[in-house]
Amino acid sequence: GKFMLLRDTRTDGSFLVHHFLSFYLRAGCKVCFVALLQSFSHYSIVAQKLGVNLAAAKEQGQLVFLESLKSCLDLLFGEEEQPGQPSPLQFLSGSTCDLRALFDFVQVSLTPCARDSWKGLVLLVDDLSVLLSLGAAPVAVLDFIHYCRVSVCCQLQGNVVVLVHSSEDSEDEENELVVNSLCHHSDLILWAEGLATGFCKDVHGQMKIIKRLSLRQAAEQDLVQIYQYKIQDRNVTFFARGLSAAVL
Amino acid sequence: MVPWRQEDKYGLYSNLLFKYFLAEGIVCGHDLFVASAKEHPDNILKELPAPLLDDTYGKELGDEAAAVKSEDFQDSMKIAWRYQNLPKMEASPTTSTKFGHYYDISKKMPPELCQSVKWHSFYLHEELSFEPKMKAWNMNSGYARLLQSIQRIISQEGFDGSDPQKKQRNVLRIGIQSLGSILWGDDVCCSDSPADPHSLTKFLYVLRGLLRKSLSACIITVPAHLIQNKAIMERVTNLSDMVVGLESFIGSERETNPLYKDYHGLVHVHQIPRLNSLICDVPDTKDLAFRLKRKLFTIETILIEGSNTKDVFHFNLAKEQMNIALLSN
Repeated sequence: GKFMLLRDTRTDGSFLVHHFLSFYLRAGCKVCFVALLQSFSHYSIVAQKLGVNLAAAKEQGQLVFLESLKSCLDLLFGEEEQPGQPSPLQFLSGSTCDLRALFDFVQVSLTPCARDSWKGLVLLVDDLSVLLSLGAAPVAVLDFIHYCRVSVCCQLQGNVVVLVHSSEDSEDEENELVVNSLCHHSDLILWAEGLATGFCKDVHGQMKIIKRLSLRQAAEQDLVQIYQYKIQDRNVTFFARGLSAAVL
Repeated sequence: MVPWRQEDKYGLYSNLLFKYFLAEGIVCGHDLFVASAKEHPDNILKELPAPLLDDTYGKELGDEAAAVKSEDFQDSMKIAWRYQNLPKMEASPTTSTKFGHYYDISKKMPPELCQSVKWHSFYLHEELSFEPKMKAWNMNSGYARLLQSIQRIISQEGFDGSDPQKKQRNVLRIGIQSLGSILWGDDVCCSDSPADPHSLTKFLYVLRGLLRKSLSACIITVPAHLIQNKAIMERVTNLSDMVVGLESFIGSERETNPLYKDYHGLVHVHQIPRLNSLICDVPDTKDLAFRLKRKLFTIETILIEGSNTKDVFHFNLAKEQMNIALLSN
């Protein structure tokens, strides 16, 4: 399986998350979605525009959705938790500093059972940078991703897709550390960047696609392709640099 | 939705917008929740601006409108929080205005209007005298206490839809003043490496969860100029739906700059909401300035144009009334 990193700078790359969520569900894959920043209904409404019904997917067991905002409230305001079922966000209460509970949740979600006939397995995370804001150490975050890769990519032959934020003049060293480390270990990087010249109506940003061929073979160079894009209500259009409809 | 404002250096203007938000809540009949560690919420509510009604406003603005040529108005200028059916400036706002109201900051809101809505207050120093049983939250106790208070109101008053008996669902407007300041027991404003750098961001995350599951909107003012740790500021921004910075000219070199002579400060839009949609409405211009007149606080765009004949820059002002009411979801 592949590890794909979604990265954004000076813009919001979450349109990529919506795309991959719909894409993998339509392809018949089982998806474990760790949604750290937005509610289920937010993704559901956008997915509907992209032609996918998240509620139905959840019901059929095709989508396992961790609505982190809700889990956090359950952990802090809820009843005393059962000893056998720790919250995936266990680390928030400070009783532990690692993200083992979160990893266990992912592993249980994607481990196939006898009756499953999904075309593939995918772990999707939006967005990893939030874990740092919640008090997880960079090392704990990287460990979590490492375990996920071993389990999902290697053992289960599935894909892992993770979104992180970054910015060129960021002073968030912990985040930069995590992002750089993940870049080194990614098979594919999709990097959405806002235009340096500022906002433009016809071009919302630039997408750099980096195929990390150097990971597989030492002598290989990474392949870099650059496109520009414009986001619309129901899809995103890509075009070669300088060739947007407005220019032509 | 969680919009927050970076406080200008002396907190004057952000406090004003804070009060506008609450005043709009009263005029709309929303419930209010006001939290502060600085001033007692009772006093904050006494200082809200009075709503402007038809005739007086029309007269106020009539003079202004006449001075500006009609071609200066931009037809559908999109500011992040502006909605398309907002009336143009010439029309005087009436109670039939679809969205938002106008206020006279030289007058106080009448007490009977304040009392027409249900409001809840959280004044940190009064709250701390109680010691209810608290689960280990791993967070600054002032913040934890505030979250528990908000959650209790949301649940008890049915803002999370938990009470099916309630006929009419109302909106809860939450206003939190000067979050992050030392008065909340957080040293994030005093130190580059605070004792607990995650308290503020954890608070915002839990608050976000509470807002998402209820019919509520929250405005928070933050003394951003005091927070030295920029990493924390970046994280706070990422955890918020909307972020607006107010940069006042008081005490800065811009105060004497002739380009800005009609204004009191600049408005920086750092983040706009992108909820339930692939795209977001991005403004055509991000050059916004504000000014405080005797009765009105306005936000306007600044366009700097070069003249053809000489190298003289002059302003081409497009005046728009910003409606702070539009912060509710």
